[in-house]
Amino acid sequence: MIRPLEHIIIPIGLIAVGGLLGWSFFLAVTGDTGERLAAVALARVPDSGVSNPVTSVLLNFRAYDTLLEFAVLLAALLGIWSLGAADTGFQPAASVLDGMVAGFVPLLILSAGYMLWVGAYAPGGAFQAGALLGSAGVMLALAGHRNAGLPSEGRLRILVALGVFVCAMTGLLLMVAGDGFLTYPPGLAKWLILLIETAATLAIGATLAAAYLGGRPTAHPTSGETT
Amino acid sequence: MSALLTVFDLLLTLTLLGLALVTVTSREPRRAVILFIAFGLLLALVWARLRAPDLALAEAAIGAGLSGALMLAAARRASGRKTSPAEESDTEDAP
Repeated sequence: MIRPLEHIIIPIGLIAVGGLLGWSFFLAVTGDTGERLAAVALARVPDSGVSNPVTSVLLNFRAYDTLLEFAVLLAALLGIWSLGAADTGFQPAASVLDGMVAGFVPLLILSAGYMLWVGAYAPGGAFQAGALLGSAGVMLALAGHRNAGLPSEGRLRILVALGVFVCAMTGLLLMVAGDGFLTYPPGLAKWLILLIETAATLAIGATLAAAYLGGRPTAHPTSGETT
Repeated sequence: MSALLTVFDLLLTLTLLGLALVTVTSREPRRAVILFIAFGLLLALVWARLRAPDLALAEAAIGAGLSGALMLAAARRASGRKTSPAEESDTEDAP
């Protein structure tokens, strides 16, 4: 028995998608290249305030995209929180795991700070640093800290919105000052990028740790802060 | 030296493709997530071989580490929810 959806429509659709992909790959391989954006961007890296090309693209040339990425993370967390309260976490860790966590969490926070700072001239940056902060929170959650070291909900809300807020406010203030949205004046670029990255690191770290808890934070008092 | 690197790249690519296939076809969520973490770590190696250390860092930290932890938590919660109501879930899981 032939079911039209499974036996005809889906295979034909898949073949069409495959053909389209093959055709665009063929065009990309055989077509003439024209002027690539990479060369243009690389030539302007010295003006961007940081010497790492990746950071200069993420935080300067395409800062608008990065602002939207912060917003995506915030929206994801809001989606998780809308599912209800977090369930009860893990049971408190035994002494060996507790000792390991007590050693690793400060180390993770320290390397997050290093990753944030080194992003100006070497691989690193806000997202990697935020991931390290978030993993410190995950580690605390696994060791039985109910709120993963995050502050109470009121302060946590401010913290997770910090990246979008600082980035958008910087852009708006620059607009008021006469430059374009997120178009940094040459002398200030380094410090504005550092400001945005610092706020974004805290926000990303808090967002990822809060996402791991899997629900709105409960009202219980916390046991220490990581951020 | 370059021949050795070529062999390494070839092995890396084949392992990556194999892991991807096993991850997608794996029936148990927990197993799939663990395979996905291994896949992410190997993908970070691939980015490093392509001389994109930024991407390698991001892939290892976010793609493999944190997404893996998030999905493990989700798998744990989903399996807890599935086993609690009734036995009907068992037939669904059976291969």
